[in-house]
Amino acid sequence: MATDLAKPPVETAPEPGRAPGRVPLRTALPRYRWLYLMLVPGLVYFAVFKYLPMYGLTIAFQDFVPFLGYSGSEWVGLKHFEALFTGPDFGRLMFNTLFLAVLTVLFVFPAPIIVALMLNELRVNVLKRSIQSLIYIPHFLSWAIVASLTYLLLAVDFGVIARFVHDLVGGPRVDYVAQPDWFRPIIIAQTLWKATGWGTIIYLAALAGVDPNLYEAARMDGAGRRRQFWHITLPAIRPTIVVMAILTSGNLLDSSFEQIWLMTNSLNRSVADVFDTYVYYIGITQGAFSYSTAVGLFKGLAGAVLIFGSNWLAKRLGQRGLF
Amino acid sequence: MSVNHYKSPGSRVFDALNILLLTGLALIMVLPLLYVLAGSFATESEIATRPFFLWPEKFVTDTYAYIFGTDTFVRALITTICVTAVGTAVQLMLTLTMAYPLAKRYLPGRTLVLNLVIFTIVFGGGMIPTYLVVRDLGLLDSYWALILPLAINPFYLIIVKSFFQELPQALEEAARIDGCSEMGVFFRIVLPLSKPVIATFALFYAVGIWNDYMSPLLYIDDSSKWTLQVLVRQFTSADAENALAQLDSVFFPAEGLKFAVVVIATLPILFFYPFLQKHFAKGVLIGSVKE
Repeated sequence: MATDLAKPPVETAPEPGRAPGRVPLRTALPRYRWLYLMLVPGLVYFAVFKYLPMYGLTIAFQDFVPFLGYSGSEWVGLKHFEALFTGPDFGRLMFNTLFLAVLTVLFVFPAPIIVALMLNELRVNVLKRSIQSLIYIPHFLSWAIVASLTYLLLAVDFGVIARFVHDLVGGPRVDYVAQPDWFRPIIIAQTLWKATGWGTIIYLAALAGVDPNLYEAARMDGAGRRRQFWHITLPAIRPTIVVMAILTSGNLLDSSFEQIWLMTNSLNRSVADVFDTYVYYIGITQGAFSYSTAVGLFKGLAGAVLIFGSNWLAKRLGQRGLF
Repeated sequence: MSVNHYKSPGSRVFDALNILLLTGLALIMVLPLLYVLAGSFATESEIATRPFFLWPEKFVTDTYAYIFGTDTFVRALITTICVTAVGTAVQLMLTLTMAYPLAKRYLPGRTLVLNLVIFTIVFGGGMIPTYLVVRDLGLLDSYWALILPLAINPFYLIIVKSFFQELPQALEEAARIDGCSEMGVFFRIVLPLSKPVIATFALFYAVGIWNDYMSPLLYIDDSSKWTLQVLVRQFTSADAENALAQLDSVFFPAEGLKFAVVVIATLPILFFYPFLQKHFAKGVLIGSVKE
């Protein structure tokens, strides 16, 4: 048993990187007691605030009465899901959520890729770094601030943008934030403003990893700037684009709750209501815990299916998936 | 035929256009903020008449004097600062102590815990079940409701874990051989080596709590416990008049006030931004290194 001789004494840890030998829990627990002790607070957090709510999803199949609790409430099977799918709200919610998702895929997803590629072509380093510093800023502002800025800039009476457009086009002043037609463009504009700069980081990192010799060799072979872009730069960020696409597809049904909620008002509810805000209205303000949990569960499951599905698809198409 | 492609006319036009577009983009990102900052120091009539400005004609601080003289604002400001400070400390403590054992590849059960953590990224109980847990714990209308449900961000946990894995193990070994306990290794070797990562995630967590709007919306009913973000929303949304009526004072010109509230809720973040910026890109990318 030569391997036994190579093993370190009991009290010290084995070399990192070596495959762990199977240690029975009886010996592992006392040997690594401090490490296990350090895990405890974190495990308690995940148990209470992540896994307990997952157990709480059972109320989607009950007529939950807080007084009776999770075990005492009556089981009703799929009643709430039937109510959701056959109810009057489902079509509108699905349409609004998917419409925003499609707009996100079309406009928000490509934006950081394009900006990263533009920054990559920028050869003046000082300028590049200052632009980067400035475009990251909106990411750190809250949705409450972004919503407030939107109101301040678009307000009918004193908003800069509203006034500018009015002076340009004429006619009566438009209250953009109250117009259902303007809801989606405003949401997409906000997301673009807040997320584009920050989104470039991951693509810029991928671009920074490209071996400069590749460009050198391409130039020697007479490749112009455009061909270098098509044959070196773009392939270099393709895996990153795939990973981000998988992540995005998993979030398709996750509308940004705070953003939408903050931009919703009584006039644009018809286009603004998405699954996330609907759960809040029905669950918190109206107290329909079971029904709203069913809505949330449906959305969560659909999201999980989407992320695993697109991961599978990416692998089928010969790309490296996420997992 | 060695042409320098960067000197060709087409290439130059492209470069000029590129710089122009990117500069425009950067301006779009910062001009609204600068305008609101300038507006907060301007008179009511200037906001109403001048379309856009980055420097007020007449520099006034009425709005700020008013804001800092109101209980509602001062209370919200102090609340937000305290919750952010305590919350960040709790989040860091929990994240660091959990990430350290998870970085030890030889620890039996590690993979199971990691998978349990990663699963919570893909799937979760959602808003209502989480709300019910918080309610059952008696945390409604408690400041802890703004901290505990968000105590560990699974993404950050995994990134910190990956960072700990990259630390030179020989150093830890040496300390252990010298008789240092596991806790000693953590506090005396690992944490001091991790200062940049700790700084990065302290700021990430702090920004997260400072900016959080959903938690107070869900868990806090009592308006005396409002945070700044809730106040900002109250003052700039359609029902701003109601919010103004709640203030313990006479009517005050509203527009300048809105500008100033936004500035106060934004300023701390912009103040810390240069420090953030030094580390964050690095911090974000540590996690992308695969095992």
